[in-house]
Amino acid sequence: MGILEVKNVGKRFGGLQALSEVNLSVAENTVHAIIGPNGAGKSTLLNCLVGKLIPDTGSVLFDGKSVLGRKPHEINQMGISRVFQTPEIFGDLTVLENVMIPCFARRDGAFRMHAFERVKAEAGILEQAEKMLSDLRMLEKAHLHAGTLSRGDKRRLEMAMCLVQEPKLLLLDEPTAGMARADTNNTIDLLKEIKATRPITMAIIEHDMHVVFSLADRITVLAQGTPLVEDVPENIKGNPKVREAYLGETQDAE
Amino acid sequence: MDAIILQTLNGLDKGSAYALIALGLTLIFGTLGVVNFAHGALFMIGAFCAVTMQRILNLSYTVVDPSKKDFLGNPLKVQMPYVEHWFGHDAGAAIINWSVPLAILLAVPVMLLIGFAMERGLIKHFYKRPHADQILVTFGLAIVLQEIIKQIYGANPIPTPAPSQLAGSLDFGLLIGFPANTIVYPLWRLVYFLFSLGIIGAVFAFLQFTTFGMVVRAGMADRETVGLLGINIDRRFTLMFGIAAAVAGLAGAMYTPINSPNYHMGMDFLVISFVVVVVGGMGSLPGAVAAGFLLGILEAYASLNAVKDLVPGIDQIIIYLIAIAVLLTRPRGLMGRKGVMEE
Amino acid sequence: MLGLERKDFVFLIVVLALTLAAPILLNPFPENSALAQFNAGYPDLMQRIAIFAIFAVGFNILFGLTGYLSFGHAAFLGAGSYAAMWMFKLLSMNILPAIVLSVLIGGLFSLLIGYVSLRRSGIYFSILTLAFAQMSFNLAYSVLTPLTNGETGLQLALTDPRVLDAANNSGSLPDTALFGLAMNSTTKVEMLGRVFQFNVGYYVCGLISVLMFYVALRIFRSPFGMMLRAVKSNQNRMNYTGLSPRPYTLAAFVISGMYAGLAGGLMASMDPLAGAERMQWTASGEVVLMTILGGAGTMLGPVLGAGFIKYFENIFSKINETVLHGWFSALPHAIQDPLVWLAARFTGEGWHLTLGVLFMLVVIFLPGGLVEGGQRIGGLFRRRKTDDPEHHPKRAPHVAE
Repeated sequence: MGILEVKNVGKRFGGLQALSEVNLSVAENTVHAIIGPNGAGKSTLLNCLVGKLIPDTGSVLFDGKSVLGRKPHEINQMGISRVFQTPEIFGDLTVLENVMIPCFARRDGAFRMHAFERVKAEAGILEQAEKMLSDLRMLEKAHLHAGTLSRGDKRRLEMAMCLVQEPKLLLLDEPTAGMARADTNNTIDLLKEIKATRPITMAIIEHDMHVVFSLADRITVLAQGTPLVEDVPENIKGNPKVREAYLGETQDAE
Repeated sequence: MDAIILQTLNGLDKGSAYALIALGLTLIFGTLGVVNFAHGALFMIGAFCAVTMQRILNLSYTVVDPSKKDFLGNPLKVQMPYVEHWFGHDAGAAIINWSVPLAILLAVPVMLLIGFAMERGLIKHFYKRPHADQILVTFGLAIVLQEIIKQIYGANPIPTPAPSQLAGSLDFGLLIGFPANTIVYPLWRLVYFLFSLGIIGAVFAFLQFTTFGMVVRAGMADRETVGLLGINIDRRFTLMFGIAAAVAGLAGAMYTPINSPNYHMGMDFLVISFVVVVVGGMGSLPGAVAAGFLLGILEAYASLNAVKDLVPGIDQIIIYLIAIAVLLTRPRGLMGRKGVMEE
Repeated sequence: MLGLERKDFVFLIVVLALTLAAPILLNPFPENSALAQFNAGYPDLMQRIAIFAIFAVGFNILFGLTGYLSFGHAAFLGAGSYAAMWMFKLLSMNILPAIVLSVLIGGLFSLLIGYVSLRRSGIYFSILTLAFAQMSFNLAYSVLTPLTNGETGLQLALTDPRVLDAANNSGSLPDTALFGLAMNSTTKVEMLGRVFQFNVGYYVCGLISVLMFYVALRIFRSPFGMMLRAVKSNQNRMNYTGLSPRPYTLAAFVISGMYAGLAGGLMASMDPLAGAERMQWTASGEVVLMTILGGAGTMLGPVLGAGFIKYFENIFSKINETVLHGWFSALPHAIQDPLVWLAARFTGEGWHLTLGVLFMLVVIFLPGGLVEGGQRIGGLFRRRKTDDPEHHPKRAPHVAE
């Protein structure tokens, strides 16, 4: 029984069957990649996991509890953190504050009227945030405004914000989409480093299968809204069905 | 029954004003993506174009009329308007009498000019700034415009009568088979309604049948794509701003016989016009027009005594109640596209 | 100290000292001198500055931190005034119960309006608050006349029951007081050719405004304040960080509504009268002007804005053409007359024109308001750049998206 169990999930938009019969199990302390060509339903699936969409059929269980019908912040409180395609950070706040906010969210829940406490007196939270920043080698940038960071640093900061919550599951939505080669490699290195230094469960939605190859423990290939095959990376590489799915796409594109 | 018909008619003229202001607001918002809090001020300036026209036509010089004596027995000094001097007494008097409709001749160029100046001088620099900044700067401009008008024309409302031929009332009830004097409707309000229909029709025809209009409509739907086609939309949008200003100005000029213009009438109409735009749907022209008339008429119904007895004060707040209900249940408004101005 | 850092504590002490010394500091020019008209040490003016500072500081907690631009806060101020007046009429002329009730009413009313309005953001939120405020204004003028006394406004009357102090009814309208200390009692001290007026009402308003400033300072430096800035910065990220933005924004809205209610209550306490025009949307616009003119999102900005607008409103309205002719009398007539004419457009009755122009200039060129202006000027003098984001927050655009 994995930490995330997706069972028979289906979703329809008007005449389009975006997802059908999706079954997926993400085991604890593994990196599970979900790849597939454009239009395979990756984003729809992701949105069903984080509470943006509610599937028409099936169930999504996280840690034994259903996530369906819960709001994004409730799902986060259950232990799922999310990294976006383009980093979503608090641009007007400092890097340190960016990392403190998830610490508060984890300690105090979705809302707390801590209007008479002092940010600077929150020693525990400060320590936690600074430790995270130093782990990701960003401590010297702690007092910069997050909006002024380079794109690579924004990605790193967003990762720090998610990791500091010690999530039971980290969802990554095409973390290298639109990145230059160097940035892509940096991101892959960062993810490998994270995987190597702490126990973590990750689910990566990715278009480019090369990105996840060296990272993933298991890969699910999604095509036309339904899982085509699920296996370890070595077996996925040579799988003719997968080649067909991706080749079909290239032919369509040309 | 007759009361309902009468209130429908009464709602039409206010609705016309709402619709015309909201039309301009939506045009500006849809094309330029700017929230213009100074649009009410443009309506007000249009109204003062009518006042100005009236004053221009009444410009006089003093002559001594030897045929009349004042009470001291001296020859009477009378004011002789230049127009009467030039065109003769009867034609001149007729021209003065028709000063409100003639104000259109003044309002169109003045408002176009003000619109161009506003867009080039101020609004242009706020395209890329947040909506809140646009609201704030146009709010400041609205204050400035209204204070300027106050300094020139004073704080009191200035009566600007309709032409005497159109000042009477129409016994509308007689026309549709009711007894006399049951549905009496001031003639000028009818004129105003027809006039606004004409303007609305002209704006729609312009957008529908000219290449210019086509580009503007395309720009409203997707500004970036149109920009990519290499069409210079900026200049067209400047013109569009001018047209929106002219529409507001005409609405104001012709409204003067219904309500004597004062310097703060713009602010009064602005709040309601925004509500109208929201109810109609941000960025939807037909929505703005429909909502303008709808709210005007509903407001008139709410001021029926029978309704007021049922819900006291409803006439004062019905428009706002509808807006709140619409915003909460259907944020895109009656005819708006989804997602306009939402995060 | 007081849960503040050293720097903030010193800041607060300075504000307190300035408030206490204001009757002296604002009266720098000798009586009967030509410059006496620039003095601002009158109880009435100082009270107004303190009250509007409270209003603006509260508004800034909502707008400055979360970026939600409300055009309806005057409704809470008006409601606070009415609430206080009813306490004066029914209970006692003591301002304490009146102020407590006005804060409560401001809070409840803003909870109601905020709960509905905050279901939308951006311009829709602004229009919703505008609609609510205009609705309240219309109702106060019409059907709610039994509560608000319509156009005339709510006033004291000899026939009021005033349960607690009906006994000492002397046949004339009583004064508002704080446990027997009348608000309108003023001690005049003549010194150095100047007359300093120490007024009880001013000190009540001033001390309350320092207290409210302190509360706002605590909020700004708290995790809650940080969350409010996060609302302004990125609500999507907030949601995916396990935080619910709406209760935070609603809390900020209600807090600012309570500040507005308090300001309204104090207004009625200083001058026992409450009219519907206090609720009009142009009155809401005024607090927006103050906050932005001073510098939204900064601690000092709203106070500066309130002081600046109320001071110059008072000064400018006193300047008429005769005064102007006096100033420019050294110039030849050919220059003097047009100059006087031009200056007269912007003074006296023309104060609102000046305000409008000034406001536009600030929004266009100095979006951080007077505080940013001060920092820029300060930056010119001292080359040494200290980067302290706590005290000089980078200005972010005014928007909640």
